[in-house]
Amino acid sequence: MTINTEMKVRVAKVTQVADKVKRFRFERVDGEPMPVFSGGAHVIVSMRDGKALRRNPYSLMSSPEDTKGYEISVLRVENSRGGSAFLHETLKEGDELVLSQPVNLFPFDQRAKKHIMMAGGIGITPFLAMMDQMEREGKNFELHYAVRTRTHGAYWKDLQQRYGAHRVKVYCDAENLFIPVEKILANQPLGTHLYVCGPAGMINGVLGKARDMGWPKQNLHSEEFLAPPPGKAFQVKLAKSSRAIDVAPHQSILEALEANGVDAPYLCRGGACGQCETGVVSCDGALEHNDHFLEPDDKASGRKIMICVSRIKGNEVTLDL
Amino acid sequence: MNIKFKTESFRNDYTFKNSAEAIRRFPFPFNEDKYMYSVNMEPHVPAGPPGHAYNKPIDVDEHYVAEMHDRAMVLKEDPLRYQALPHMMAAQWDTLELLMEAQAAGYPEHFTLERNGGQWRWINRPMGIDQTFTFGDASTLPMEPLEFITRQAQGDFVIVDQRDGQLWCDAGMVTTQADWSLDFDIGMNFHEWHGPVPLAHEIGVFDRALKFLLNLQQGKPVRRLNWTMTINPRLDTSPENYHKWGPDRATVTPENVGNKVHLRCELQSLWRLPRSNAILFVIRCYLIKMEELVTVPKWARRFHRVLRDLPPELVDYKGLTRYRPATVGWLSRFDDGQPTSPGIYPE
Repeated sequence: MTINTEMKVRVAKVTQVADKVKRFRFERVDGEPMPVFSGGAHVIVSMRDGKALRRNPYSLMSSPEDTKGYEISVLRVENSRGGSAFLHETLKEGDELVLSQPVNLFPFDQRAKKHIMMAGGIGITPFLAMMDQMEREGKNFELHYAVRTRTHGAYWKDLQQRYGAHRVKVYCDAENLFIPVEKILANQPLGTHLYVCGPAGMINGVLGKARDMGWPKQNLHSEEFLAPPPGKAFQVKLAKSSRAIDVAPHQSILEALEANGVDAPYLCRGGACGQCETGVVSCDGALEHNDHFLEPDDKASGRKIMICVSRIKGNEVTLDL
Repeated sequence: MNIKFKTESFRNDYTFKNSAEAIRRFPFPFNEDKYMYSVNMEPHVPAGPPGHAYNKPIDVDEHYVAEMHDRAMVLKEDPLRYQALPHMMAAQWDTLELLMEAQAAGYPEHFTLERNGGQWRWINRPMGIDQTFTFGDASTLPMEPLEFITRQAQGDFVIVDQRDGQLWCDAGMVTTQADWSLDFDIGMNFHEWHGPVPLAHEIGVFDRALKFLLNLQQGKPVRRLNWTMTINPRLDTSPENYHKWGPDRATVTPENVGNKVHLRCELQSLWRLPRSNAILFVIRCYLIKMEELVTVPKWARRFHRVLRDLPPELVDYKGLTRYRPATVGWLSRFDDGQPTSPGIYPE
């Protein structure tokens, strides 16, 4: 038996907050309070876009104690698979959507003596909720926020006003200002934790420097939701139910299963949490692992695949489903 | 539903007994005639026939007042049964909210929670408590929030923090335990505190259970049943007090099995907490005497078979070695060899 804990919500407000960034506020249709969540959590937003059902993860940015509604901010991406384009161009105030319960794959460490956050662009969103919670709990924190231009960057003015410019530092590409990562990392008290959210290049760069400078890996945290990369079409065979399902070039295996009424487990839909790990019975080509979850040994074994983001280069894969 | 709370003891004269209703609602842990470890978790949703221990997410029964009294005595002798590491304060408030809300919603005639923004008022009628406080401000309670609420809730409570792909035992209230110690385990991770359990490691139970728990979702608590046996209805079978209860195991005779030997069932529920992202682990202990258990013929037959055929490692680990033969002999009188129906509930 499974419990359905999804929440039907209405779009209460849409706000253009910066170039290509819109904020959406959701309130429950049944008038019940939203669950309190922890800073860093995300929800899966399920969108009915014509015939397609889209499900994307978005970090919650509103105050975790605000049980009247949840807010997310969405960047309109150029080569959108559909999610951000739908949210930006189709969704209006009053429309209804479905949200999952909050899930936190990017929690802050409650033991930390100090929290340093580094955000790139839209990667700011989980930190908005985190800082709200840290402030209430009296935690010691600072934010370093890199934006392309002042008009691209969302929320930096509000944040400086609320927490002070000494705790919120903004670096603008257009002004040739960049986060001085090494300088920041060099002078921190023991027990400091570092959190990075932004483009893959930024995350890898910052974490690589931190490791080179001797930071313990337990003190380094990052979050990046991967969109499932496109590829060539192939077919999935289900060993237990003897079904064959086609996966289109812009579809993930998980999406193809769902479109055919197969209920597969998932949590993050971004290759991070491990919930959708699936056994591979056979594959006539190569597995293309795109996730952050499986260990290199598991990836090399060819026996496991994360169906939310990974696919195959070949014609046919048989899964233990 | 008005619960009639009993006055009874879990030590010295051992006046603990189950009423006929309490026997029927007992969470009997065996769904077949044999037992082996498994990751036997299921969604913690209301279930079972009316009145069963599975009906409410946090169960309150006729033993509530007596159990809370026993907990207070244990804490007076040994304050270290309650501990919380400093970083667990958000999780403490999460737990207080969960237990107050569940008890007030499940038993409105006994508990009331009034929330007015951050100003809360908690009324516990069976214990005569009426406390107004500010949620999030520990100075407005007479003690830490976790200690305050777990002195008013049946079961042991452990809060595990989630870090580095592991779970850490970082806070708890443990006074009704089956021979383990919070003071010993505090700060340990999931694999460390399960170290002593035999057989289960080899079949990968703990790796699978950990993976499952790391992705436990808010709003979707899970439960499982665990069991052991206890001689005399003693809640506090702790290692610290082993000298008080260990020797009891040598006092079982064929004549006193019915009253002395108890099946001890733990209804364990696990909850993802909202503010802290920690997991609350509730270990609720239920005791039933053999003479009470055999009033349900299905349970009598099944428990006889389970105990008779239990693997020797488990007999040893659960500490049943000395009195198992006498108990199996006594139970055999109630097993006519008839088949038993599936599931845990009485027929």
